[in-house]
Amino acid sequence: MRGAALVIQALQAEGVKALFGYPGGTVLDIFDEIYSSGLPFYLTRHEQGAVHAADGYARASGKVGMCIATSGPGATNLVTGIATAHMDSIPLVVLTGQVATSLIGNDAFQEVDICGITRSITKHNYLVRDIADLPQVLKSAFYIARSGRPGPVLIDLPKDIQQAETDEPYPDDIKLRSYRPTLRGNMQQLQKAAGLIDQSKKPVIFAGGGVVSSDAQNEIRLLSEILDAPVTTSLMGLGIFPETHSHALKMLGMHGTEYANYAVQEADLLIAVGVRFDDLVTGKVDKFAPQAQIIHIDIDPTSIRKNVQVTVPIVGDIRTVLQELNTLLKPRQNPQWMEQIKTWKQRHPLRYPQTDKVQPQYVIEQLAKLTDNRAIICTEVGQNQMWTAQFYNFHSSRSFLSSGGLGTMGYGFPAALGAQVAWPDKLVIDIAGDGSIQMNIQEMATAVLYDLPVKIIILNNHSLGMVRQWQSIFYDRRFSQTCLRRNKQCPPDCQQANGDCSAAYVPNFVKLAEAYGAHGFRIDHKDQVADVLQTAITTPGPVIVEISIDREENVYPMVPTGAPIHQMLRGMA
Amino acid sequence: MRHIINLQVENQSGVLARIAGLFSARGFNIESLSVGKMDSEAASHMTLVVRGDDWIIEQVIKQLNKLIDVYRVTDVTSTDFVGRELVLVKVYCPPAKRGDISQLVQIFRAKVVDISNRSMTLELTGNEPKIEAFLETLQPFGIQEIARTGSIAMVRDSNGKM
Ligand SMILES: Cc1ncc(C[n+]2csc(CCOP(=O)(O)OP(=O)(O)O)c2C)c(N)n1
Repeated sequence: MRGAALVIQALQAEGVKALFGYPGGTVLDIFDEIYSSGLPFYLTRHEQGAVHAADGYARASGKVGMCIATSGPGATNLVTGIATAHMDSIPLVVLTGQVATSLIGNDAFQEVDICGITRSITKHNYLVRDIADLPQVLKSAFYIARSGRPGPVLIDLPKDIQQAETDEPYPDDIKLRSYRPTLRGNMQQLQKAAGLIDQSKKPVIFAGGGVVSSDAQNEIRLLSEILDAPVTTSLMGLGIFPETHSHALKMLGMHGTEYANYAVQEADLLIAVGVRFDDLVTGKVDKFAPQAQIIHIDIDPTSIRKNVQVTVPIVGDIRTVLQELNTLLKPRQNPQWMEQIKTWKQRHPLRYPQTDKVQPQYVIEQLAKLTDNRAIICTEVGQNQMWTAQFYNFHSSRSFLSSGGLGTMGYGFPAALGAQVAWPDKLVIDIAGDGSIQMNIQEMATAVLYDLPVKIIILNNHSLGMVRQWQSIFYDRRFSQTCLRRNKQCPPDCQQANGDCSAAYVPNFVKLAEAYGAHGFRIDHKDQVADVLQTAITTPGPVIVEISIDREENVYPMVPTGAPIHQMLRGMA
Repeated sequence: MRHIINLQVENQSGVLARIAGLFSARGFNIESLSVGKMDSEAASHMTLVVRGDDWIIEQVIKQLNKLIDVYRVTDVTSTDFVGRELVLVKVYCPPAKRGDISQLVQIFRAKVVDISNRSMTLELTGNEPKIEAFLETLQPFGIQEIARTGSIAMVRDSNGKM
């Protein structure tokens, strides 16, 4: 069997149900095998689209996402997507073609050292120099990607290796002498944790993406109920805990809720599960959770004590650890603490001033209502992402897909395509800004041709809104290069609030949708929001809804960089 | 504090780059690194000397453990260990000074490995303090060139002070 055929055999053995990619010279042999393999293949219009789609597929399904590209520019076009997956611990196997082994190092046509380039943004990578290694490399790649703390694994496959013959079948076992993630928590540590929990009066559970990877949302819910403790999540953890539950504090951190931030600052115990204490969550780190002892549960020892001091670290698979921990705990009530939480929630809810403009928060609320908070929601990056995180009430893990760690504009739409491939019958929506959506808009063709009925909702503020927000708060309204209507005639110091200078939509997203053979709708007035969104959701096929919003609209509350998280800017609300 | 960390790694292409990359990307300071084959072709041995407080060293060790190709990490610093380094040093040495330098060579149990009209090249094996002391003593003669291997280390099995 040839190397290329072995690759296909591996994909079939690993149960790969969708392959995203783009062809080229050094992967011709693999594509030739794909031709007659029957593997469902999605030809994107850019390699970045392919890798984000594989990522969205992985996040939505919990399976390993898979994509393939050619050497050189094909491989470098994957870099942002690989880094995105790496930062958010998403299991991917990425295949790249490489020039023949005899040419490696010669600066051959379309040669790049993609293993070198991606060394710090992959969980592991392989350059296969010998056909004899290929079976084990393929097997290990899938295993490494999905086990432990998941992540992307790249396999760089020279052209002659794809063409070489081997009798080795695809192996059943993995030969890795070093890699053995710890699954069960240390019993002594678990008992210490149980003791701390027993003594605490004001416990808070803080759950993140690790809970999603380990599919432990039921265990988190049980923990919260046994302890009568509130639950806050990181951006990556949205949906782990039903956000309409009385114990839900929603998101923590820079654009989190006031009540989540107050609760953490007041807590005497923080049970942190599958989180890495990102700087957007902690704010000024030495003022973070100042009263709290911290129990930190994570599969990755390097996450523990990286950013904050921890009283009881527990390394292990979150679900396994929580199952054991939950059996060690005595059910209890915290009437006083929960009363305090309730008061904060009532006094400082997420809010925005009610006007008759089309407000983005209102749009998200309407969408939440129309979809019963149950759609799969992807976002781009910026204000659109934060408004979605704040005003949609997520109910299950794997229903919010967003680039949390890297903050990749252009992620949401291709990720939505991947999610739709994983769940053909579910409603998948991408909430976008007019900046981000243009970073991978070419995938409209993919959406239309493969009939992936993703609904794109563009909150169009004619700006790079989140950057503009910082300019208006911290840079004296010097709007340097954040107006997407800027043209040759504009004065350099323009501070126009709403870009009334020109009425032109560039591009006209409604027409753009039509150009791709999709449906486009526009919303200019508040009273259109519910109806048009309803129409968009029920229209078959991919849809773009372009919604004109006020560019002065900012995301609040907000913790300025370097401040402790209870010192939040409230805006006008 | 100075830590000596032993690694056993798969002899894969890129493993050295991975380790070096980890140090540069995370801003850890590496003082020396030595690499050699182990008894089987499939594995290599490395000794790293790293400086940092406890928090940094904890991260270094965890991050090294996380690399797929690294299969054993031992911080030998707090154990009873033998640490050795080899240094080659070329000192300025006109014939008239040969006697003085030879005396030092004897005291330190070093070796003369080359000699010319203008210089002597010496070889010394020892732990770090010994090597530092040797180099310091040679300083006044005029050191022309130094090559050091970096430390290698091994945990002692005996409790002896051999
Ligand atoms: C690829 C990339 N480039 C630049 C940035 C920096 N950045 C963060 S938010 C933002 C503005 C996003 O604008 P838009 O997509 O219109 O969303 P809005 O904030 O207006 O909702 C920019 C430029 C980024 N996150 N990603």
